[in-house]
Amino acid sequence: MQRPSTEQVWTWLNEIPDPEIPAISLTDLGIIRDVAWHDDTLTVTVTPTYSGCPATSLINMEIETALRSHGIDKLDLKRQLSPAWTTDWMTEEGRQKLEAYGIAPPQPAGGPKACPRCQSDNLERLSQFGSTPCKAQWRCRDCLEPFDYFKCI
Amino acid sequence: MADIDQTALLQFLLRMGDNTLILSHRVSEWCGKAPVLEEDIALANTALDLIGQTQLWLGYAAEIEGKGQTADDLAFLRDAWDFRNVLLVELPNGDFGQTLMRQFFFDAWSSILMPRLANSSDPRVAEIAEKAAKEVSYHVERSADTVVGLGDGTEESHKRMQAALDYLYPYVGEFFLSDEGDAAITAAGIAPDPASLRAEYDDFLERVMAKATLTLPEDRFTHHGGRTGEMHTEHLGHILTQMQWLQRAYPGNTW
Repeated sequence: MQRPSTEQVWTWLNEIPDPEIPAISLTDLGIIRDVAWHDDTLTVTVTPTYSGCPATSLINMEIETALRSHGIDKLDLKRQLSPAWTTDWMTEEGRQKLEAYGIAPPQPAGGPKACPRCQSDNLERLSQFGSTPCKAQWRCRDCLEPFDYFKCI
Repeated sequence: MADIDQTALLQFLLRMGDNTLILSHRVSEWCGKAPVLEEDIALANTALDLIGQTQLWLGYAAEIEGKGQTADDLAFLRDAWDFRNVLLVELPNGDFGQTLMRQFFFDAWSSILMPRLANSSDPRVAEIAEKAAKEVSYHVERSADTVVGLGDGTEESHKRMQAALDYLYPYVGEFFLSDEGDAAITAAGIAPDPASLRAEYDDFLERVMAKATLTLPEDRFTHHGGRTGEMHTEHLGHILTQMQWLQRAYPGNTW
């Protein structure tokens, strides 16, 4: 088989949804640090979002399944802890997809900019923790809807 | 990296990993029965972060030990006398206030230690700490907020928080005790001398307790024995019984 280019591999990875937030892909999330060929082995380097993220092993499995289905049989998945993942690595496209999905994207100021439902900025925090470790719970004081905020770390 | 005493390094990693493992187990005991849904979720998430950190610390410990064990083996197949966590994390949850006070004591220590470990001469220690530091920073934000909210809350919540503070404070000092192993680790630039964190810790505690309208005990007496493995509380055995029974009863079982 002809060795696919790393650009091609990135395109395939871009099609894999995040298991916990299927609205965005693994590349949108910014956790794929590197794709490289070492001789006939493809090395994909992944940085976990949170050390206890239960999706980490599932993510690795999905990467493996997807790339094998594209004919890559020699695959090495590497975990890289440092530099630690930061929400700064999330793509602009990923941020927009998050908001459209109803999750406020991370902001440098440390809280959501606007309610993803009505765009009001009259917001309050309910809890530093949401449905997953990467999210916090907020509520809009105008439309009164609670919503998830993707924490900035 | 300098030729560092592997026994001391292993001891250090076990101390780090056992602290987060045991506290994680304790915190997870609230899962499904915390006072409000948000707190239930927050505690479960905290436990999850701590177990993630445990996998990293004990995973490295198992490599240093060099006997072909994994992080899971260290967590599930060691007996109480081999654990190196501080006594504080073994203590029962008590009421919600006691749980949160214990969490704050731990988070405050961790939030001071992790950024320093991120500069460790051991690159593996540094990268684990760099990762953990981010998680700890919002753990401590929440536990400090909650201590203030409940301490400076109703008459009842204030009374309970003061009782939790009085009960738990004599366990705090163990974080800052050191032995020969710590001296070797400090000399190799792997971790700071535990005692060197105390001033910053005390300062932090005083600020939070003042806001929480709680009174710090003056007595500095401290219980110890956990981090050296000399003597654990009676509670550790009960935790391990619950945590390890499945793996002990059905060795090698997975799902």
